[in-house]
Amino acid sequence: MRKAITAGEAADLIPDGASVMFGGFLGVGSPERLFDALAARGAKRLTIIGNDTARPGVGVGKLIDAGCVTRIIASHIGTNPTTQKKMIAGEIDVELVPQGTLAERIRAGGSGLGGVLTPTGVGTTVAEDKRVLEIDGADYLLEAPIRADFALLHAHEADYFGNLTYRLTAANFNPVMAFAADCVIAESDHIVPVGVIPPDAVRTPGVLVNHLVGRAC
Amino acid sequence: MDAKEVIARRVALELRDGMLVNLGIGLPTLVAAYVPDGMHVAFQSENGIIGFGAPPPQGMEDPNLTDAGGGFISALPGAIAFDSVTSFALIRGGHVDMTVLGGLQVDSKGRLANWMVPGKIVPGMGGAMDLVTGAKRVIVAMQHSAKGAPKIVEELTLPPTAARRVSLIVTELAVIEPTEDGLALRERAPSVEIEEIIANTGAKLSIPAHVPEMAFIAG
Repeated sequence: MRKAITAGEAADLIPDGASVMFGGFLGVGSPERLFDALAARGAKRLTIIGNDTARPGVGVGKLIDAGCVTRIIASHIGTNPTTQKKMIAGEIDVELVPQGTLAERIRAGGSGLGGVLTPTGVGTTVAEDKRVLEIDGADYLLEAPIRADFALLHAHEADYFGNLTYRLTAANFNPVMAFAADCVIAESDHIVPVGVIPPDAVRTPGVLVNHLVGRAC
Repeated sequence: MDAKEVIARRVALELRDGMLVNLGIGLPTLVAAYVPDGMHVAFQSENGIIGFGAPPPQGMEDPNLTDAGGGFISALPGAIAFDSVTSFALIRGGHVDMTVLGGLQVDSKGRLANWMVPGKIVPGMGGAMDLVTGAKRVIVAMQHSAKGAPKIVEELTLPPTAARRVSLIVTELAVIEPTEDGLALRERAPSVEIEEIIANTGAKLSIPAHVPEMAFIAG
């Protein structure tokens, strides 16, 4: 059994300058309470890693608004004009990664692989400065693994062991990120006793989760 | 029919029973409205679902059920939800039968550019590079020109989305197939002359003796 922490306590664990990966697709499946707490703490110089930067005031967009972020690794920033403005002003450095490549680089980072070989990006600007390997006559880019200091997840249910479930399209990057950070913090819509989630229904094993954020009450 | 409807209804002719299809955001999304009666096509959204349907009635939206553009959707019977790794294994692994994407430019080699305009718009590629690389067929659904300038060009001036040759280009004027030997005119829209297509195309087209008129899925 473990003791839940508050979102504020979680934000205090994350130092300025940390790298933080986060679940969410345009804010769907994002840990909103953790973002609120980080913005409230006034976190600085974070590197954030996720699919996109949602919109101003939504999801990780709250951290962009609050000036917490200086570096972004994402597949898409087109829905957040604040991100684009700060990128053009030189306040935020953005690395754009194809969505499937981002998922696989994180998977590699979390599963002990030294990289992935993908055909995505061959013949494009994504291939610049990367090794191209020919395998059975086809070209593949060697893409490096990605890990972070922290992974901030949003789940549907968490049990007292930290086993997690997700709902519908709110899973997205959450399950793979649970493997790829030194410290994994999960917030969930519901906290349930051990045994409520059938073993087959667990999507993220609790052994991967370092901290659970308690109920919002 | 306006230009977008012409394009969507022509692209819908490419659908086949049992296909798994990924539609890009914008114009390609319209294709879903023209699935022929009795045909079962499964639509994938890369944020993690196969088998989604129309938005729920107002006030009944599920915040955990959206498409890749962030719009609310419904899950049809038989739908499945999954994470991003699985979603892109489906895409990159060749399990998606067809993708329909918008385009900024296509060149004579059949290469598509649709993810950025240097110095102007840098939204990011999202899933576009994986889709163009991995889908079995790539259909480009776009207007023939942008502000009078041809979007079908000899050589891309915008950064390519992938090195791969796309399968088909459908515009409001014509259907064009990129081949090993360049671009081939396959169909013309009703009441559009071949000269008009040539005048609006910035790349050499090979033109067969007979260019049939486009057929459409009924509206």
